[in-house]
Amino acid sequence: MVAAPSVPLGTMQAAATPARPVPATSPVVELLGVTKRFPGVLAVDHVDLALLPGEVHALLGENGAGKSTLVAMLSGLVEPDAGRIRVAGEERRIASPRAALQQGISTVFQHVMLVPTLTVLENLVLGMSWWRRPDRAELEQRLAGIRSAFGIALDLDQTTGELSLGEQQQIEIVRALLRRSRVLILDEATSMLTPQGADELGALMRRLVKSGLAVVFITHKLDEACRFGDRITVLRLGRKVGELAPEGLAAMDQAAAVEEVVGLMFGDRSIAEARAPRLRKAEGSPVLSVRGLTVTGATRLARADDVSFELRPGEILGIAGIDGNGQKQLAEALAGQRTAAAGSIVLDGRDITRAGVAERRRLGLRYLTDDRIGEGAVGGFPVATNAVLKEIGAPPFWSGGPFLLGGIERPGRIAAHARELIDRYDVRTPDEATPIGRLSGGNIQKVLLARELSGDARVVVFNKPTHGLDVQNIMASRNRIAAIADAGLAVLLISTDLEELLDVADRIAVMAAGRLTGIVANDEGARARIGALMIGRAA
Amino acid sequence: MSASLETTLDEGGADTSGPRRALAHLALVTLGPILAALVLSGLVLLALGVDPFAYYGYVAQRGLFSWLGLQQTLTRMAPLLCLAAALIVAFRAGIWNLGIDGQFLLGAVTSAALAPFLITVLPAGAVLLVAAAGAALVGALWSLLPALLRAYQQVNEIITTLMMTFLGVSFANLLVKLVFLDPGTTVPQTRTLPVADRLPTLFGTTISGGLVLGLVAVVVVHLVMTRTAFGLKLRTVGESPLAARHAGLDVPLLTVAVFAISAGFAGLAGGIEILGVHGNLQAGWNPAYGLAVIPLVFLARFNGFAAIVFVFFYSALMIGGESAARRIGVPHYFTLVLVANLLILLALAEYLDHRRRRAG
Ligand SMILES: Nc1ncnc2c1ncn2[C@@H]1O[C@H](COP(=O)(O)OP(=O)(O)OP(=O)(O)O)[C@@H](O)[C@H]1O
Ligand SMILES: [Mg+2]
Repeated sequence: MVAAPSVPLGTMQAAATPARPVPATSPVVELLGVTKRFPGVLAVDHVDLALLPGEVHALLGENGAGKSTLVAMLSGLVEPDAGRIRVAGEERRIASPRAALQQGISTVFQHVMLVPTLTVLENLVLGMSWWRRPDRAELEQRLAGIRSAFGIALDLDQTTGELSLGEQQQIEIVRALLRRSRVLILDEATSMLTPQGADELGALMRRLVKSGLAVVFITHKLDEACRFGDRITVLRLGRKVGELAPEGLAAMDQAAAVEEVVGLMFGDRSIAEARAPRLRKAEGSPVLSVRGLTVTGATRLARADDVSFELRPGEILGIAGIDGNGQKQLAEALAGQRTAAAGSIVLDGRDITRAGVAERRRLGLRYLTDDRIGEGAVGGFPVATNAVLKEIGAPPFWSGGPFLLGGIERPGRIAAHARELIDRYDVRTPDEATPIGRLSGGNIQKVLLARELSGDARVVVFNKPTHGLDVQNIMASRNRIAAIADAGLAVLLISTDLEELLDVADRIAVMAAGRLTGIVANDEGARARIGALMIGRAA
Repeated sequence: MSASLETTLDEGGADTSGPRRALAHLALVTLGPILAALVLSGLVLLALGVDPFAYYGYVAQRGLFSWLGLQQTLTRMAPLLCLAAALIVAFRAGIWNLGIDGQFLLGAVTSAALAPFLITVLPAGAVLLVAAAGAALVGALWSLLPALLRAYQQVNEIITTLMMTFLGVSFANLLVKLVFLDPGTTVPQTRTLPVADRLPTLFGTTISGGLVLGLVAVVVVHLVMTRTAFGLKLRTVGESPLAARHAGLDVPLLTVAVFAISAGFAGLAGGIEILGVHGNLQAGWNPAYGLAVIPLVFLARFNGFAAIVFVFFYSALMIGGESAARRIGVPHYFTLVLVANLLILLALAEYLDHRRRRAG
């Protein structure tokens, strides 16, 4: 029997059930029996889907179920091997992203597709008529309209790469709105948002569909799907295994809907078993102490400002806060990817403030990045190579050591290691030689997680470790994080998902505008105190 | 792996024909453009009033099927192979070192300046060693500026290396005319290394021993890039500097290393050409081999063994083309026309293949 996990479903009953709109008459876009096969995988298998104006259509399914592939077919990234696509009743080919935009289908992809070195303004006008100079005044006027209608505000002159991924997703949504689309597809747009942020996006989607758009909403948070979605379609192994129509969904309460969906998503495979409460045994002297750490960032928020904390072996310290408040800068400064402007970092009694990335890793510091495509993995390299990317030259995967140009590769060992991780972390891939870029987002995340969790470490910094994972994998990953803490490692867990922190952390700090505004113990009443800290009151 | 995935795999018709089909596909996107380029260039010849069959026949005869021509072809391969090695290192590491011609020429000048001078004080073997090493070193030094700019200031190396080539070619000329001029002749050229002291030829033929050096260079580079930790580090930097930094690699240092190795091989190529074939350097000499080797390395998809095959055929084409220039009157630059056609058609094939694959 499937037990619905309590955690990712959240406890945010605050948002009222949205009023269901009157079902519209005819679909804007219809997929009829579309099929897409990749080498070794049938990614989408005879799927029918109808997108109706005025409806938020939630698309659910475990990691690798085929959601993004379906989106890719709608947005012109790949073409189906079989099946038909109808736009406004007429059969059409969507042969390129440009064609998709022309048909009024805009997509916010799972992995942000903005040019990081350009400003927000430049990214917004990218792809518009290149022969005309963008009219800033006109654009600002339209943005003001969007701000008042949908409540999204953008700073046009910021460099995009300096913004958090959550903010970058907003740019993409605005870009879609500027194009006056008929269909807006959001592939895991909420995965980087705080609960409030997700609620705001939900409200935004309601406003969008009220104005006549059709919205496709992909998420792994089932409660969001049930609250924001008018219609829910569930995919499994590329097949459509169920659809909950608005009438049926409206009649159910949320818990029942979630249970129904979980059953469809995972069949009768049970969700990871509940974890025994953590034995909080954080004791002994701190393994990591950070004093007055300051890192300059490009914006007022995105920096670390006088951050101090201590981590003891066996302890999980959570960092809560809205994405883009210096969490990434803090994590990168700890990992050695950014130099500290002031302050010190001491690992095991040793000052590592000036040490490089490799040296810190050698001393037992691990860092799981939240940017899995940009820096976590090399898309063109096989899964196996990516699994050892942080250990290039190390035995047993390379032999001969420093005398033979850092060592001769031992492909057999590397492959065996990868197969073991694939097995243990249930990575869905045809084999370990498949380029990692071909895996689904959640499965890439599993590989990176596996990489950081294997081998011995002293301190692990996780930046949004479960982002993009399905419910089942979230539970499994949290269990693993708890297990490594139980085994005596110190963990810094950065997450925008408060439920996640309340689930596994021992203490929780709130980060806002680069500062730690307070650290509270995770016991009864923690939620309230963190809430207070989040809105700027002392705990 | 989960059972459910395996069923998916079976339905995917786990392709036993996979590798075979991949190979056939590779042959198509490689041989296709080559044949098309031969046809297209044949049309150019026709337009010039030359019988393409006669031309190609003559080129093949002189470059491949006559013993004398074949020896020249194999000798010509030596510098081309070293240049291919230089490019494979750089391109696989994501560094577009387009300055190999300048590095080549300065390497050549170094050898031409060192060898005739040293031969009066050192044994021949040591002279060759020192002169070749000097060529590699000077080639590497010539890439230092673009390397540092790219490593620490993210300045695009395509532009800087090309500019350094213009500078290098002029500088090489200047050195020959002003500094290393042989006072014993009236032509502006360096002093000449006696034939007996040049790189030994192979087994009593006229094939330069440089061929062995070139082959070794390409094979070693290929193996280092594909099989060693160092090679993987370079490829990681090439694929994604961000990922490399995240993995703890010293990206700027590795970038400088790539430039040094690549330009070192280019300099060595120049050295080999002087020490094995010419014995001296004439002012104004600039074979611009890099122009042709760059497309060949792309055609080989940065694979060392494929590069050897392509370099062989291109050498034959050059040697045959040079003879044909004298006999049929088609300028030997025509081989570059052929290469240019090849490059365009290669890009076209790549584009079409990409479209076809996306459509599935
Ligand atoms: N370009 C590609 N080449 C080969 N296989 C691919 C490619 N894109 C996707 N796949 C495979 O197709 C399957 C479905 O992937 P898809 O990205 O659609 O999953 P998803 O439902 O979006 O999962 P996630 O929740 O993890 O994002 C996966 O097994 C994936 O490995
Ligand atoms: Mg996806």
